[in-house]
Amino acid sequence: MNYNVNEKGYYGEFGGAYIPEMLYPNVEELRQNYLKIMAEESFQKEFRQLLKDYVGRPTPLYFAKRLSEKYNTKIYLKREDLCHTGAHKVNNTIGQILMAKRLGKTRIIAETGAGQHGVATATVCALMGLECIVFMGEIDIKRQAPNVARMKMLGAKVVPATSGSKTLKDATNEAIRDWINNPVDTHYIIGSVVGPHPYPDMVARFQSVVSEEIKIQLKEKEGRENPDFVVACVGGGSNAAGAYYHYLDKPEVGIIAVEAAGKGVNSGESAATSALGKVGIIHGSKTLLMQTADGQITEPYSISAGLDYPGVGPMHANLFASGRGEFISITDDDAMQAGLELSKLEGIIPAIETSHALAIFETRKFKKDDVVVVNLSGRGDKDLDTYIKYFNLN
Amino acid sequence: MNRIKNKLSENKKILSIYFTAGYPKLDDTVEILQQLEKDGVDMVEIGLPFSDPLADGPTIQQSSQAALKNGMTTELLFQQLKDIRETVSIPLIIMGYFNPMLQFGVENFCKKCAEVGIDGLILPDLPLAEYEEHYEEIFKKYNLINIFLITPQTSEERIRQIDNASEGFIYMVSSASVTGSSEGFGAEQEEYFKRIASMKLSNPLIVGFGINNSETFLQSTKSAKGAIIGSAFIKMLSEKGLGGISTFIKSIR
Repeated sequence: MNYNVNEKGYYGEFGGAYIPEMLYPNVEELRQNYLKIMAEESFQKEFRQLLKDYVGRPTPLYFAKRLSEKYNTKIYLKREDLCHTGAHKVNNTIGQILMAKRLGKTRIIAETGAGQHGVATATVCALMGLECIVFMGEIDIKRQAPNVARMKMLGAKVVPATSGSKTLKDATNEAIRDWINNPVDTHYIIGSVVGPHPYPDMVARFQSVVSEEIKIQLKEKEGRENPDFVVACVGGGSNAAGAYYHYLDKPEVGIIAVEAAGKGVNSGESAATSALGKVGIIHGSKTLLMQTADGQITEPYSISAGLDYPGVGPMHANLFASGRGEFISITDDDAMQAGLELSKLEGIIPAIETSHALAIFETRKFKKDDVVVVNLSGRGDKDLDTYIKYFNLN
Repeated sequence: MNRIKNKLSENKKILSIYFTAGYPKLDDTVEILQQLEKDGVDMVEIGLPFSDPLADGPTIQQSSQAALKNGMTTELLFQQLKDIRETVSIPLIIMGYFNPMLQFGVENFCKKCAEVGIDGLILPDLPLAEYEEHYEEIFKKYNLINIFLITPQTSEERIRQIDNASEGFIYMVSSASVTGSSEGFGAEQEEYFKRIASMKLSNPLIVGFGINNSETFLQSTKSAKGAIIGSAFIKMLSEKGLGGISTFIKSIR
């Protein structure tokens, strides 16, 4: 079975481009050109050069000795937290800003949840001298204040989304509305593997550098390209898509996706889409979606702004529906403990999103010889305030 | 014959009104429809509210949220419309986003439409290709006309394609914007209206987005068959309630 996108833009039954006609010309222009542009030698050269010199790639694959000892298995951390701007998000924004330039666009819009994608977009806009507008839920603006300040310093305009739950979903709605209002000069840099085709595939390809590097690095360290398991947290799912990408069609590699259970999967305050969602349409994509019986999209909850999304990318919906991926959901509390544990055992303060992925070791047991790669998608600087309050660190 | 086609064959400009079902009050749907027919409106789009209306500006976002808060659901809308054809004879179209329809079941939704006397559907986020591949047969089975949109950015080739796939009319979005955000039509719109008119499409055009008074109604219907008023009507309902309908409609033409 093939777990990648097909020529119609679907992963199994998930994906497609369910967009209003107003967006059709832009999305179609992108669809017709993205693979061609990405294949151009000059594009690849510029993309690779920036990933190396500007982002700081390759990021290390680090053997977490003390963590491994504690859980009696071999845990490697793919250090995306060491990327410039503090998370994997910049891999995609570098790719998309180069794409936007080749499409002749001069104005960039983006949505952001935790603010990491907003910062990564503002960063590449500064780098390329393009106008940047970032939509961010009003609630997220409050809980991610340092990232808001960073975006402003980088010259971006941050526009609060005040509709609905005032989080990532609503920021995405506002970005799409802006694109409808500005169809000619604007490129929308979507931050995750969500949205209408070709976005999920394009973003996954830009993020696929993560598993491309894991293969080479694991070969050096373990003498084999394939780990037994690759683990990542999933909100929309871009860091996961990057970590899984080159392993999708390798059945010997177990794929583990970790979602945010919030206060508990059945608490009514959760973002565990695979457990709570049904097939539906959000932001132009057919995917698993948290919704009412009447098809209204429900408001998710997670302590981590980056996982606070009621859907998942269509690639992940298909990994879940086909059984290719193992889906685990982790509560706020367990994630916070795992974040603290990594800090103390390995000297790495992870983003709370990433802490969800690290929390699985308490319950999901692995064999002693298993090689488990966890994508350490982001660093915890932006979350210090939440950690401080939660653990009373003052 | 479908009521939409009948209406379009009349020798007059069409005034169509959009409102959100369940707003301002949950049970206003039938009374609004009856009043609109009495006041001489030619056709109505009944908006099925959705939590995340991507193509709509603040007015319709708010009316949709209020309607959902009031308790509007797909099932309830069909219940409200159960006897509508005893009192209302103008064409009725349901306009909504695709997800609520998908959850209700596309075939079940179409069947209910046919039972209560709905003539057509406008689903902005159901693209032409998906419709043709998966749903056209079902729509046809229940004699429902699916209305497609074009915008100032739609290519000539795509407009021809949409014209071929359409029956009834083409919904011509007046400008590059979400609903309710335009302030009058300038040279750019005039040019666009003329350009599309000169294409001699086989379907009539009805203009929507940004029509809010008699001036914009006249401008947009100079070359088009009719025009749709949505946000401006909803704004009026918010301010004056159902009692303001007659005055509003008379002010348009």
